[in-house]
Amino acid sequence: MKDQHLINVTVNGAEHEVLVESRRTLADVLRHDLGYTGTHLGCEHGICGACTILVDGTPARACLMFGVQADGAEVRTVEGLADGDRLSDLQEAFSRRHGLQCGFCTPGFLMLAEAYLAENPAADKEEIRDVVSSNLCRCTGYQGIVEAITDVAAARREAS
Amino acid sequence: MSTATPERTGGVVGARVRRHEDDRLLKGLGRFADDVNRLGQVHARIVRSTLAHGEILRIDTAEARALPGVLAVITGADLGDIPPIPIRLPRGDEPDGCLQRILPDEVRYVGEPVAAVVAADPYLAEDAAELVTVEYRELPVVLDAADGPASARMQAGFGEVDAAFSAAAHVVELDLDVGRHAAVPMEPRGLVAEYDAANGRLQVWGATKVPVFNRNVLARMLGMPAEQVRLHAMDAGGGFGARGEFYPEDLLIPWLARRLRRPVKWTEDRAENLVALNHSRQQRHRIAAAFDADARLLALRDGITHDNGAYLRTHGLLVPELTIGMLPGPYRVPAYQASVEVVLTNKTPCGTYRAPGRYEGTFAREHLLDVAADRIGIDRAEIRRRNLLRPEEIPHVRPLRALGTDMVLDAGDYPALLETALARTSGWRDEVARLRNSGRKAGYGFAVFLEKSGLGPHETADVIVEPSGRIRVHSGGTSLGQGIETVLAQIAADRLGVDHEDVQVVNGDTDLQPFGLGSWASRSTVLAGNAVDLAATAVLARARSLAARMLGAPEDLLEHAAGAFAFGDRSVALGEIAAACAPGSPYLEPGTEPGLAARRVFEVDHMTYPYGVHVALVDIDPGTGHVTVPRYLVAYEIGKAINPTLVEGQLVGGVAQGLGGALYENFHYDDQGQPQAATFMDYLMPTAAEVPGLVDTIVAEDAPSPDNPLGTKGAGEGGITAAGAALANAVRDALGLGEAVGRLPLSPQWICTELG
Ligand code: FES
Ligand code: FES
Repeated sequence: MKDQHLINVTVNGAEHEVLVESRRTLADVLRHDLGYTGTHLGCEHGICGACTILVDGTPARACLMFGVQADGAEVRTVEGLADGDRLSDLQEAFSRRHGLQCGFCTPGFLMLAEAYLAENPAADKEEIRDVVSSNLCRCTGYQGIVEAITDVAAARREAS
Repeated sequence: MSTATPERTGGVVGARVRRHEDDRLLKGLGRFADDVNRLGQVHARIVRSTLAHGEILRIDTAEARALPGVLAVITGADLGDIPPIPIRLPRGDEPDGCLQRILPDEVRYVGEPVAAVVAADPYLAEDAAELVTVEYRELPVVLDAADGPASARMQAGFGEVDAAFSAAAHVVELDLDVGRHAAVPMEPRGLVAEYDAANGRLQVWGATKVPVFNRNVLARMLGMPAEQVRLHAMDAGGGFGARGEFYPEDLLIPWLARRLRRPVKWTEDRAENLVALNHSRQQRHRIAAAFDADARLLALRDGITHDNGAYLRTHGLLVPELTIGMLPGPYRVPAYQASVEVVLTNKTPCGTYRAPGRYEGTFAREHLLDVAADRIGIDRAEIRRRNLLRPEEIPHVRPLRALGTDMVLDAGDYPALLETALARTSGWRDEVARLRNSGRKAGYGFAVFLEKSGLGPHETADVIVEPSGRIRVHSGGTSLGQGIETVLAQIAADRLGVDHEDVQVVNGDTDLQPFGLGSWASRSTVLAGNAVDLAATAVLARARSLAARMLGAPEDLLEHAAGAFAFGDRSVALGEIAAACAPGSPYLEPGTEPGLAARRVFEVDHMTYPYGVHVALVDIDPGTGHVTVPRYLVAYEIGKAINPTLVEGQLVGGVAQGLGGALYENFHYDDQGQPQAATFMDYLMPTAAEVPGLVDTIVAEDAPSPDNPLGTKGAGEGGITAAGAALANAVRDALGLGEAVGRLPLSPQWICTELG
């Protein structure tokens, strides 16, 4: 038997107690033990960013963390962005700007942008482009993604 | 047919409606292959060859089998007599012994499956796979196609080529290499297979592209009747030609599920994906053109070596065939001769990647035209103006074949689109001059291309009206991220006069649509779209006769609008009509089928030929060799855009991929045949920092295809076709090279060398 650990993790506000093997990645804990399959795995070596989630508010690559490292943490995944059926402003903007095609990379980009805009509400397009260059998308050419995040930054600035 | 076809009423075709796919994908509710879980499932891991060429002497599985939690370890000996994977689009002249086998005794590339392990948990399966030891006798490796014998040879051509070359005022000949790069979709492959011993049915989730073909192959290999196998297409994280073809795993996972009587899941990791999924593109061209004194083409000639990797996979010889079939492009070529040698090497086998054969050929031809214009001393645009087919020469029958069909360039005005693209980008030339004045290495380059799309021979669709008023469409198309769900809903809604959001499209379920041919070669909107249009038209005709009975009015006096038929001030909606088609309804004529539904097939003999122009402005950092692309334009004629936003998205996304192949992406190998690009650290796909900030697009709809009622041409590939060519031309312009660039990708190292 491999060594197992009982961890507590809060995902999108819901508390979970889960028994995990030390080597089990946080991505697998979220996807397969807890059923949050919206977090995607494109490379499992930290390059593509499809697995980006927020751990205590900071973007992290779920494929590069072990489940045990999330003991006691607050995790946010793509499933927690919409308010019931109502999409968040970022999700809306991605659709309006055609910032997704296959949608596989989308959860990672959304979570990355969510955290970035929270810290940098005044972000401009060049900064946004620079930040999203940490994630890969094979379908969109990034144009719609950058436009969508830029729109939301502007709208939030206006509203504040 | 068009006289019998009612007017479209919905106005939804051509509208930028919001994608149906978006809501679920944005919420994380998409269903990708690895998201499927079946009760009691176990996990497979593939053991892959670590050698590029070798005979397997012995496989030791004892240690792996002994690991607690391991359910099975299988090698080729367990499989018995399983035939190799057949070709999906056979020409009939494919050489013997070139097809990929399942767990063979001789491995021919690193990554080839040699055994499979099943365990209770995927981590455990991976542990066990590492305990499988394979003893090989090493065999010599062939890594350069120039060193191997050709396995197949193909020719295409017409006219008096030799005579034209001897009479020419100018002859230009170039050697050009296209690097090995590939689709590499963001979602690795995944499959879940479940066998129900109670009824002998096998279900497979995750084979999304050509599910009906794959079902038939799988059933044949397993010795089962096809209808006992059900494939479910899923959301897929990109396809671009490579994902969803029949690979060894597509047999192994279902085979294991049937053997173990347990659902078996397999999820590929990225390291596997980079050696297992089809590679593409690698070709060497010796291309030559003969011109008269006025720079008019007299003849075109190309001798190509095509590195196909270790096997012919499901595309067979399609990529090299398309290269020589499409090479003359949109030009008036009086004489043409091309030959291609297909060489098998000890590398990952090749298949298609978005614009197969055309990305390569367009680069060769359009780079040649730039070099030729410079040598002859005329403008690079002028040489094309003189040689592009003029509108009055179209339709143009070219004595070539493409994908087994006669080549008829169907509709278009090629020179006009070139002028539009040049006019739109004329300011870029001033920008290049400004940049150069400030000491930068800047360049302007463009390329004209011909695409093909809408390959038949047929596609089938069902349109079903439910009593709720909602519409269901069962299509053979599959969703690879391109938005086909939305496009088909728009087409059905437009014909039926209903809200597109009331149309639900189910793609690629082999039980629901057993005649579907799938999504590839930019065929879905053309073929599946027109099939949906025909089925919806048939539904409407039946609805009209029911409505006439319901309203007690003559059929031809009924008005069809907003999803209803009206006579005077009374009307019946489609849902009510569907309810009136229930058994026992007084309106259902005795002896007629219940339900308001139709299944129709759309057939075509010819492909359709969209065309376009790519223009690039590049700015090169002389210190690092980094190429920035501040401006890019794609102008593409597609006949009719069902949803212009989605067409633009296809073009912009295609440019990013084409730029990857032109500047960064390269599957390279060491001299033992060990892949050196086995992670995303070494296989460099463009990020937001490398692609143009804004790709300008012109979606032209001036030349609808005469071969389908919607007039549409495929939009999936035009964003990539000429990207290698336009970027190579722009980089050559920036560097001020007299010679050709010689190769793609144009790596920073190469650029620095050229800069001295
Ligand atoms: S899956 Fe985590 S970065 Fe790619
Ligand atoms: S939308 Fe397909 S990978 Fe980004």
